[in-house]
Amino acid sequence: MTVLLSLENLSVHAGSKALVSNLSFSLNRGERLGLIGESGSGKSLTSLAATGLLPAGLSSSGSAILAGKQVIGASDRELNQLRGTAVAIVFQEPLTALDPLMRVGKQVAEPLARRAQRDGTPLSGAALDKAVLALLDEVALPEPQRMATSYPHELSGGQRQRIAIAMALACKPDLLIADEPTTALDVTTQAEILGLLDRLVRTRNMALLFISHDLPVVANTVERVVVLRQGETVETGDVAEVFGNPRHDYTKSLLAAARRLDDAMEGRA
Amino acid sequence: MSTATMTAPTEKKSHPLALKAGLLLVGIHIFMGLLTLVWLPYDPTAMAGGRLEGPSLLHWLGTDRLGRDLFTQMMIGSRIALIVGIGAVAIGAVIGVTLGLLAAFASKWLDDALAATLDILIAFPTLLIAMLVVAASDTANLWSAIIALGIALSAIVARLTRILAKRVLVMDYITAARTSGSGWPKIVAIHILPNIWPTLSVNFALQFGLAVIAEASLSYLGLGAPPPNASWGRILQEAQGTVYTAPLGAIAPGIALVSLAIGVNLLADGLRDTIDPTRRAR
Repeated sequence: MTVLLSLENLSVHAGSKALVSNLSFSLNRGERLGLIGESGSGKSLTSLAATGLLPAGLSSSGSAILAGKQVIGASDRELNQLRGTAVAIVFQEPLTALDPLMRVGKQVAEPLARRAQRDGTPLSGAALDKAVLALLDEVALPEPQRMATSYPHELSGGQRQRIAIAMALACKPDLLIADEPTTALDVTTQAEILGLLDRLVRTRNMALLFISHDLPVVANTVERVVVLRQGETVETGDVAEVFGNPRHDYTKSLLAAARRLDDAMEGRA
Repeated sequence: MSTATMTAPTEKKSHPLALKAGLLLVGIHIFMGLLTLVWLPYDPTAMAGGRLEGPSLLHWLGTDRLGRDLFTQMMIGSRIALIVGIGAVAIGAVIGVTLGLLAAFASKWLDDALAATLDILIAFPTLLIAMLVVAASDTANLWSAIIALGIALSAIVARLTRILAKRVLVMDYITAARTSGSGWPKIVAIHILPNIWPTLSVNFALQFGLAVIAEASLSYLGLGAPPPNASWGRILQEAQGTVYTAPLGAIAPGIALVSLAIGVNLLADGLRDTIDPTRRAR
């Protein structure tokens, strides 16, 4: 198996404050890894650092090798070649992840045309439209024709997230990073989106880096987990092992909290 | 949170009549301005009648103290006002948007320096800056006034562009575009400019009104288009000595100025509602 993403002692700093410290893990092709922890534990920063998209004012150190190339310290031009080819991200909030003033079909066409250009098989006109509709169909959107000409505000949250996933798929990435992709959705829609992600990752043989604080969702989606707390790795391993037999107090408390919620929902508390 | 409240928190949807009223007001001035290119009731510089005549069928708005037809002067004034408005806003927009985007993308210290410079420039009244620029140029003519106003307006446009662009830059769809390998020039062209345009365009309309009024002020002070160019400001200035005997000479340019400024604003408001898909059909 080829290693797609390999982090070694990755740290993210804001000035002198460490937001992520000495994080190490690696991800192979077709593998699914969960990055879990509470809000502010550095999950999203890790994904941004791994793709060289840290906001101004934050700096990263250590090593992040994406598709064989060092990301830390690389120029934007070099990184642009990696982004949209090796990796794509699905964000938490589907409303802000779509341009409010652009028809969604065009937003999907944009990365699709770029990837085709890079592959040396440029797409345009009717062929591009057809590829867009095929992608919308692949993410199980009803009436792709009508969807393609809609603006984001005319779609539901679940439909928007499917568009965002279609935009990520348009890049034909080897690694898909899903940053809390279901947090902003209601429970039934969550299940549908998770099912969709699961199916896409399997059929396209992508690696998945799944970022979430929702333990049951993580347990059902990934094979391995890394538990983060205040930017530090607390525990890492097979998902069944970590969740079944947590060694660290923090993991235990996360699991206990999730269990209490379950119990309360089922009226057992 | 709906998209509209996100992109435009304080702007209300304009009245459906606004667009029509704006079209009418601006249309009248554009018609007058274009008409002057092919036809004028009288030679604007010739004595067409007696001095300070009242309105009549021959002279709709009467004549000025040199016996020139006031309506002819007002028509030429429309043309000059439109040229000044469009010219100054175009110059202000090109310089302002470029500077604003530059600041939004610049490193922190350059951004801070630009922002501070813009704030200082904005602290001076537009008219004062324009007067300084005109005074610095050798000859006072229409073009020096337009360039001066354009430069003065560019600071306001730049500050607005900087803020708007920064607000768009932190949106997830920009990060999403970057993760999909989009370069900055492309992101500016297809995401940032379209998303700041609805607010910018309304601001351009405001600047247009400002420029027209500022040019009238410059002309009033003798710093605008030199005679015999009939700018509204010059008509007003020449009429002020005889305002009690021939009040139309002062009233007409005033109404023309206000109607053009209001018309452009109504038009921009109405157009924005038509352009912006998130504001349509609600």
